[in-house]
Amino acid sequence: MRFIEISIWFFIGVILSIYGLLIFSYGIFELITGQSAHVMLANLHASIWWGGLMLLLGLFYVLRFHPRAK
Amino acid sequence: MFGLTSMSTISAGKLLPALALFQSGVKPLVHLDSLDIAVIAIYFAMVLLIGFYLKQKSNTSEDFFMAGREMTAWIAGLSFISANLGALELMGWAGATYEYGILAAHWYWIGAIPAILFLGMVMMPFYIISKIHSVPEYLNLRFGRGASVVAAVSFAFMTVLMSGVNMFAMALVMKVVLGWSMTFSIVVSSLAVATYVTLGGLRSAIFNEVLQFMLIWIGALLVPIFGLIEVGGWDALKIRIVHNIVNGPSYLHMWSTTGHFADNPMGIQWTGIVFGLGFAVSCGYWCTDFLVVQRVLSANSLRSARMATVIGSFFKMAVPFIVILPGLLGLVVLQNPNGSMMHLVDQAIVSAHPAAGLHSYNEVLPLMMVRYLSPGLLGLGITALIAGFMSGMAGNVSAFSAVWTYDIYQPLLNKHASDSHYVLVGRWVTFLGVIISIGAAYMVMQATGIMDYVQALFSFFIAPLFGVVLVGMFWKGATKAGGFWGLLVGTLTSVGMWAWVRIDPSAISIVALSPNAKAMAADMYRGLWSVMVAMIVTFVISLFGKPRPVEELNGLVYGATTMPKEEPVPFYKNEWLWTGVAIVCFVFLNVYFW
Repeated sequence: MRFIEISIWFFIGVILSIYGLLIFSYGIFELITGQSAHVMLANLHASIWWGGLMLLLGLFYVLRFHPRAK
Repeated sequence: MFGLTSMSTISAGKLLPALALFQSGVKPLVHLDSLDIAVIAIYFAMVLLIGFYLKQKSNTSEDFFMAGREMTAWIAGLSFISANLGALELMGWAGATYEYGILAAHWYWIGAIPAILFLGMVMMPFYIISKIHSVPEYLNLRFGRGASVVAAVSFAFMTVLMSGVNMFAMALVMKVVLGWSMTFSIVVSSLAVATYVTLGGLRSAIFNEVLQFMLIWIGALLVPIFGLIEVGGWDALKIRIVHNIVNGPSYLHMWSTTGHFADNPMGIQWTGIVFGLGFAVSCGYWCTDFLVVQRVLSANSLRSARMATVIGSFFKMAVPFIVILPGLLGLVVLQNPNGSMMHLVDQAIVSAHPAAGLHSYNEVLPLMMVRYLSPGLLGLGITALIAGFMSGMAGNVSAFSAVWTYDIYQPLLNKHASDSHYVLVGRWVTFLGVIISIGAAYMVMQATGIMDYVQALFSFFIAPLFGVVLVGMFWKGATKAGGFWGLLVGTLTSVGMWAWVRIDPSAISIVALSPNAKAMAADMYRGLWSVMVAMIVTFVISLFGKPRPVEELNGLVYGATTMPKEEPVPFYKNEWLWTGVAIVCFVFLNVYFW
């Protein structure tokens, strides 16, 4: 079986995209329903911007280091 | 949406025995949502996936033990720092900052940066040119089998024991923070590490360490950001520490309080920090501990290896942002449920008053996570802690496997086996290393006092090893007997001083130069004396022997080695330029926080 070289950055992109999507979705859910978690500075909606940043960074890595992109 | 209520459809009768495996019965500090659990589960799935994927590329010994020596500077550099950045490192130093203030940052700056750059710029050429697989192998080439076997056996033995101690400490934290049973934490995380390192060898360990490094930063970075927003910035934090904390100003200065042992909470003087920590202990760890050196040896060229250390130095300098800063913030923002200021205490006090609801210094980072992180982000923070633990453990077992196979099994037990045989031995030894670590963890669980002894034991070997390697690398006259006796006497000096202070605590005034010195200072000075003894003994014994011919020392000793010419690169890719930038940053940080 031929070994397909996959960069570690691709794996990192995949996990960041999944995490980003999950956390961003939860942030949107919180915003829509108004059910904020009981934590300090919940009004800053970190799940949305941190999750969104992770999603964007993850997608960048996935596309940039996709095995077929070589 | 993400609550645990969806599990209510599962039969309670089936669920309870299963939960007993996970839960310790201790009231946890953190309540994880199912989104948090999903984040942690995805992390475990990913590290195992990487291990299975890389199994196809670990068929030769060079692949399995050295990752094919084809890692880029970035991958080797991040892995180099990640292997050092264990969860206990994160939580322990955040706790130490809460207890001692910004003095703890010395372990990230002077206690790391000069040694890392020295490894890359000065020592790495010899490690790379001589094509060694391990630091004990360098000793074998330079000083012969005797010194190499002493170093290999002590390293292999202590590495798995330390791995077990760390495993125990991590399981204890998981019990306190998450309420997980210790057996569950130990078995799940160690089996995951055993699986991906056994399958993919060093390449798998390194790939996962890079992943873990990213997750540590992404998971922990929000805590200092939120903390600074809450207190109103760095200047506001300093004002609150000065006003709220007894001796507050001493929590904010790294050097101005180290003129005398009694002037700072660590009971340490600047000579201990500069010469003990900055030279002996730090160089012993960063330049000769194979756990970290192995990562840089996997680089694809000398330039990549050097750049790996430079890249690592920048990230090491930045780590205090996610470790030291949360510790300082914890001093002024953590509150009890009734709104009063929370005061963290020593673990011994927590253990003595289990019903008082106290928290130990080491819990400052998880407490800060609970304060700021909502579901999902909290899972990410906990994943950062688990990732830190696993990267440290993978570092231990992959280094153990290489040293056992190359420096003990091959030369002493089976010299002429095939390459595939050594790979098979490496896989089995990796697995065995994890099993021994688990055994060590349970041994410590039965008698926690052993933990102090094991941690002290590890420190006995590292500093003298650096002393001997340094003399051997820079003096052509060092002989085989000199190296062996230097290592042995240096180690015995360290053991002797430790035992002396243990038996007669007043001896600390001699070992650490002051009756006001505390345990931390004693460790630094003990390291310094043992390096000096190792170097002096190596030098003196060598004077009475016959040095090896210079032509035999090519690739091993400065002045007898032809350095390879490297291809010219644009100035912004030059490792010396970035070394200079790292030194400037290092000096600036120390002056700024003087």
